[in-house]
Amino acid sequence: MTVRRRTALGPLPAWAEIVVLPLVNIALAFVVVGVIVAIIGIDPFHALRLLVLGAIGSSESIGYTLYYATNFMFTGLAVAVAFHAGLFNIGGEGQAYIGGLGCGLAVLALGDVVPGWFLVPLAIAAAALFGAGWAAVPAWLQAWRGSHIVITTIMFNFIASALMVYLMVNVLIAPGSMTPASRAFAASGWIPSMHDVLRAAGIPIAASALNLSIVLALLCCFAVWVFLWHTPGGYALRTMGHSPEAAVYAGTNLKRTTMVAMCFSGALAGFVGVNELMGVHHRIVLDFPAGYGFAGIAVALMGRNHPLGVMLAALLFGALQQGGTELAFEIPSITREMVVVIQGLIILFSGALVHLPRPWLQYLFASRY
Amino acid sequence: MQALTPTAAAIELREIEKSFGTVHAVRGVSLRIEKGAITGIVGENGAGKSTLMSILYGLYRADAGEIRVDGRPVAMASSREALGHGIGMVHQHFMLVDTFTVLENLVLGAEGGPLLAGGLEAARAELARLAREYGLSVDPDARIADLSVGEQQRVEILKVLFRGARILILDEPSAVLTPQETDRLFGVLASLRERGVTVVLITHKLREIVAVTDHVCVMRRGRVVAERRTADTNVEELAELMVGRKVRLDLDKIPPRLGEVLLRAEHLSLVDGRGVRRLDDVGIELRAGEIVGIAGVSGNGQSELLQVLSGIRAPDGGRLTVCGRVIDADHPGDPAEMRDLGVAHVPEDRLRQGMVAAFEASETSILGYQGRAPFTSYYLLDGPAVVAHCADLMERYDVRPRLPTLGSSLFSGGNQQKLVLAREIARQPRVLLVGQPTRGVDIGAIEFIRRELVKARDAGCAVLVVSVELEEILSLSDRILVMFAGRIVGEVEPGETNEPALGLLMAGAAAA
Repeated sequence: MTVRRRTALGPLPAWAEIVVLPLVNIALAFVVVGVIVAIIGIDPFHALRLLVLGAIGSSESIGYTLYYATNFMFTGLAVAVAFHAGLFNIGGEGQAYIGGLGCGLAVLALGDVVPGWFLVPLAIAAAALFGAGWAAVPAWLQAWRGSHIVITTIMFNFIASALMVYLMVNVLIAPGSMTPASRAFAASGWIPSMHDVLRAAGIPIAASALNLSIVLALLCCFAVWVFLWHTPGGYALRTMGHSPEAAVYAGTNLKRTTMVAMCFSGALAGFVGVNELMGVHHRIVLDFPAGYGFAGIAVALMGRNHPLGVMLAALLFGALQQGGTELAFEIPSITREMVVVIQGLIILFSGALVHLPRPWLQYLFASRY
Repeated sequence: MQALTPTAAAIELREIEKSFGTVHAVRGVSLRIEKGAITGIVGENGAGKSTLMSILYGLYRADAGEIRVDGRPVAMASSREALGHGIGMVHQHFMLVDTFTVLENLVLGAEGGPLLAGGLEAARAELARLAREYGLSVDPDARIADLSVGEQQRVEILKVLFRGARILILDEPSAVLTPQETDRLFGVLASLRERGVTVVLITHKLREIVAVTDHVCVMRRGRVVAERRTADTNVEELAELMVGRKVRLDLDKIPPRLGEVLLRAEHLSLVDGRGVRRLDDVGIELRAGEIVGIAGVSGNGQSELLQVLSGIRAPDGGRLTVCGRVIDADHPGDPAEMRDLGVAHVPEDRLRQGMVAAFEASETSILGYQGRAPFTSYYLLDGPAVVAHCADLMERYDVRPRLPTLGSSLFSGGNQQKLVLAREIARQPRVLLVGQPTRGVDIGAIEFIRRELVKARDAGCAVLVVSVELEEILSLSDRILVMFAGRIVGEVEPGETNEPALGLLMAGAAAA
């Protein structure tokens, strides 16, 4: 019988929903972070300054921020696409891993055979294909057998991890090497790094891990936007996400749409492999997804599952990743674990607790009328 | 306590005002609700009756005005306070925990201690007393999910009484009930009145008002426009007061000009996942230019019939011939193909099937047609074309407000239904399947929707209407088929029957 009085408050204006609410969330997170930092005896404002400078203080740090943001964009988009179909894809981690295997195998197999202009698109397609394939199995199980996609995608993360360890240790390891990594990719299979490209264009910037994969990420943002809101397929997908009954009524094949959504999602996650392996490591290595798949959930949540929001959230997460690393380097008493706590709090506030300040804002906006 | 004069007011509202932003929802309403009587509040959707009751129940705060309960002015700041003053509300959508028993639902929020056992035993005794006193018997240990809708509503009423309410507000209580369950509900309300409980009934079904209330209050555009003793008024006068003009729900229909058979169902059968036979040897012939009404108590196979005819489910047996295409268990159709054949479908469950609440109206206006010209060209949705289409539908079918970019869920029930109907009719289908055309729709829109259906029929469309409103079936149909337990148990002409006779057929009296 308890009816929340909040129902009396109207919805927030769109701009407040998209801009003010996330900013309030981040501010809240920083307040809590500040308290914790103060407790261990460090001036929170000093730490904040180091964090911000570490993220955007130089062309090198900006490069790293954007490089991390590229990964977050891929996995954030992956979660968002599935979410619009009413599917919770927790398997970005595994799909990214297997996507990396896909592009890695393509480059290893064809690196010395075909020219770069052909190899790179082919390897990118292989990453998409492998990522999609890894998502297709849970999707199939959900569509035809009713297995819950959250459970199966989580399980597939473990399977992907175990599979990659096996492959790296027993099959793909470079001959004579003691570390589980493949032989180096042929240079024709590399994604050019941003500092090389810009130097060639006469703009010198500091070297960083940033590479042209970020262009692919931006293209993906655009493609997702077009697909979801400007194609009949995306319309059907969103209809299914909001109301499966309405989708059936409209003649949408739910099984097929589930497959399409998850394969698209898996392909996007698979592109993490492109950024990491073709762009930076230039070989297949272990554990390169490093939690990007899971962070993608928070990115999508914070970005309201909209490509533009995902892009902005990815930038923030990238900045936190880079700034946090710098912070741990500059202040020894802030350990690596402390940085993870800080990132975790920001994810907590802007992800899981995203609706916490809404009633306050609603009250604020309601009282203006 | 006030002295108990014969006309003691249980509740008095004085000059209540409430605005939401620029919308002036309630404008200076003063109202007396008599103690120990049943008062009906009628009005179209958006007339302010629900807002007014929410103010009375403490969900909203009035901008101005005074509420008096038993003669004393009170500040109603929350539903808890309203309950403290003996006011309880039964919502249209039940607020019960499906997996809990009746008893557990009853004590929810009033558990009476850290351990449940004591509270449950006390509640069991109290429930027995309420059952004795008001004739509201429900098995205390039954799970909510196993109860019928009518019984669930009874639990809602018991919940409110259990908390000591002496003034009961019911919001559209019959919207989810079958005619029989509605009758039983009215029996319960009458016995509550005998025991001195004050009942406020919010509805837009005028027949119910006339059947059960003592007083009626008509609201229009935020004001009380009339108060009547029910004995002194009638359905026609109330309808006119509600809408503000003469309303004619009886339709002037020309005799049907029958064309060819467009849809033929032969020996259709359907068995659901639990092995229950939902459709059993159903045969229907639907000709161009006629309206065939399917009458029946809900849950007797009408929903499944619509699903099979519209291609959502394939029949297990029998066959369906639609505009030349034969559909049977081995050759299932699908909704998209049925649309291609010229079959349009206004679904029963408007909110979940017919539209997507989170979509803009323009997006809802192409549901099912999204892949077609002019909405899609070169694989891309043409946004401006979709919006223009929606604006055109809104203009032609009087959907208000005329805002294609407004969220679908923000339209009133009647306007949502007009939009769905417009989407389906505007394509000039050969066969039109309509489920519950006017469920949850206000009286002005009912009039409009029924006329549109007759217009479609006169244009040569074959129309099948499924409705649980007998009066609707009788006024719309050229032929009436009655469904009971998945079978067609009778066919009657509307001119040769009446509600009681149909009611008997619907209850399976003629099913041998």
